[in-house]
Amino acid sequence: MKKLLEIKNLKKYFPTELGRLHAVDDVSFSLEQGKTLGVVGESGCGKSTLARVVVHLLEATGGQIFFEGKNVTNPNKSQMHTLRQNMQMVFQDPYASLNPRMSVSEIIGEPLKIYHINRNRKEYNTRVDEIMDTVGLASRLANSYPHELDGGRRQRVGIGRALALKPKFIACDEPVSALDVSIQAQILNLLKRLQKDFQVAYIFITHDLSVVRHISNDIAVMYMGTLVEKSDSKELFRSNFHPYTKALLSAIPRPKIGANKERILLRGEITSPIEPSEMCRFAPRCGYATEKCFKEKPLLEELLPNHFVACHHVREVNNLLD
Amino acid sequence: MEIRDICEGTNLLEVKGLEVHYIVDKDVSRAVNGISFVINEGETLGLVGETGAGKTTTALALIGLLPMPPGKIVQGEILYKGTNLVGQNERYMRKKRGGDITMIFQDPMTSLNPLISVGNQIMEVVLLHENLSKLEATKRAKMMLETVGIPGDRYNDFPYQFSGGMKQRVMIAMALACDPRFLIADEPTTALDVTIQAQVLKLMNNLKKERNTAVLLITHDLGVVAEVCNRVAVMYAGHIVENGPVEQIFNDMRHPYTQGLFFAIPDLDSESEFLKSLEGLMPDPMHLPEGCPFHPRCSHCMEKCKTEVPPNLEVTPGHLVKCHLYP
Repeated sequence: MKKLLEIKNLKKYFPTELGRLHAVDDVSFSLEQGKTLGVVGESGCGKSTLARVVVHLLEATGGQIFFEGKNVTNPNKSQMHTLRQNMQMVFQDPYASLNPRMSVSEIIGEPLKIYHINRNRKEYNTRVDEIMDTVGLASRLANSYPHELDGGRRQRVGIGRALALKPKFIACDEPVSALDVSIQAQILNLLKRLQKDFQVAYIFITHDLSVVRHISNDIAVMYMGTLVEKSDSKELFRSNFHPYTKALLSAIPRPKIGANKERILLRGEITSPIEPSEMCRFAPRCGYATEKCFKEKPLLEELLPNHFVACHHVREVNNLLD
Repeated sequence: MEIRDICEGTNLLEVKGLEVHYIVDKDVSRAVNGISFVINEGETLGLVGETGAGKTTTALALIGLLPMPPGKIVQGEILYKGTNLVGQNERYMRKKRGGDITMIFQDPMTSLNPLISVGNQIMEVVLLHENLSKLEATKRAKMMLETVGIPGDRYNDFPYQFSGGMKQRVMIAMALACDPRFLIADEPTTALDVTIQAQVLKLMNNLKKERNTAVLLITHDLGVVAEVCNRVAVMYAGHIVENGPVEQIFNDMRHPYTQGLFFAIPDLDSESEFLKSLEGLMPDPMHLPEGCPFHPRCSHCMEKCKTEVPPNLEVTPGHLVKCHLYP
């Protein structure tokens, strides 16, 4: 299938008093139409920044973004206007990402107005009703305001707004993290159904590993701004090679009695991402780190078809020596 | 200390028919509606439920921190070692709180005083409850920091110098400083990353076993429950709808709400494309439905469910279910 989105060596540094904070460092991946790439990692690993740079809510420091084959890294205002129609975002906090002074129908209809999609009022109203129906909002809620809705419904409004222009790509930044499990299941099912119906591609940012496995085709694991492992999602849970991925997956508490009691406990916590030296960023917490890991940055290599790992010692760690 | 078998522990805390309302003007929000449970010494009870189920209200009532007004304990007893805590004066509760009964709050970022060093915050608790000199209390605080894996020389550091996981460790150190018999942990790992959560859970498990502390663990994460709890109580709209040993609840859940909760979690081992989701929302505690509070969302709803509150039924020893499906 055709590549919809391609990211090459994307970098985003933030200036701080102590130096540049490397939030996203040299990240590359591609995404096909109608597919989902899950990005997982712990807080502060740069996954939200990555999503924001991809949809141009933040400017990239380096690297390139290709959308439908065109380089869109630094679009001007009119190019951005066209691009935004196909690139939308759903935010984490459904309480903070909706304008409290706009009603549900106004929020969902605003993109339609900005892009002059509809010729007259009647057409506009029909389209807003249609979108509300698609995301499972009862039409009686059209004139309600965000504060009158619960978290699940608010997130549906956020999804409706992102969907209004029939985009080809939506970046979902932790869209279910603020929701209870029963509501979370409703929203995940909705996102999956929309993908089937409209062939939308998602980047799905989350820290919840069972959610990401459920929704993604591919999963990228991030650690301190870099990709450490990337593979097909089912495959990643079956066989994973990077020491960080192993620790991360083993740390998930499973809702089963007697499930995974073997756990890899990591030492310490994430180190500072400000002006990091050329080394494996996971090395200070890694049980297998050697001198080389502190001196050289490991590159992402294709260990198995469509399974990429960035680790100097991946073969020793996994007994893959031949 | 030996790890005692959970079934042999003696009854430490017993809650009988607890009912808590929040009264604002003429509106009554029925947050907790007649719950009963027992926690034995050294046992961990998981209190599970979604936002608004009444979990935190229950915890605050137990430790005597319920804001009154608007909160009000309308009915019921909280028996701690046989003494009813409901209606005790503030002086009595202050002595219990922090000493015998302690609590870890959900958000470690906001529950520490930003202007006092972490060591002194722990020391303060020790001074209040134990007959120790300041020097001895300082020593104890340092020891507690080390117990939770923070070097003692960080005694004089301030909360902002610690990460989220470390702050939660400080909270744990503070909660355990006076060797409490009963610890309430309100979503202790919800704000933490999984790898840090794993560290904190392991720490709590070890300390609990060493000291034989009874724990009420409030959480919405069934994975965490499977890992640390002996018993589970599932809360919905202020009722405990199911209560039993953890193996029973996980392998033979009976209440339709409990089943719904389990099916809603994406399973790491299954290949199903869509999740089974519970339709609808938890009822507003100001307008609770008649009969079983779950009936508007229940796929097994019968006529009886709409009018009669189901009784607590013991389906197997120690496993209670509040549902008309089980006569």
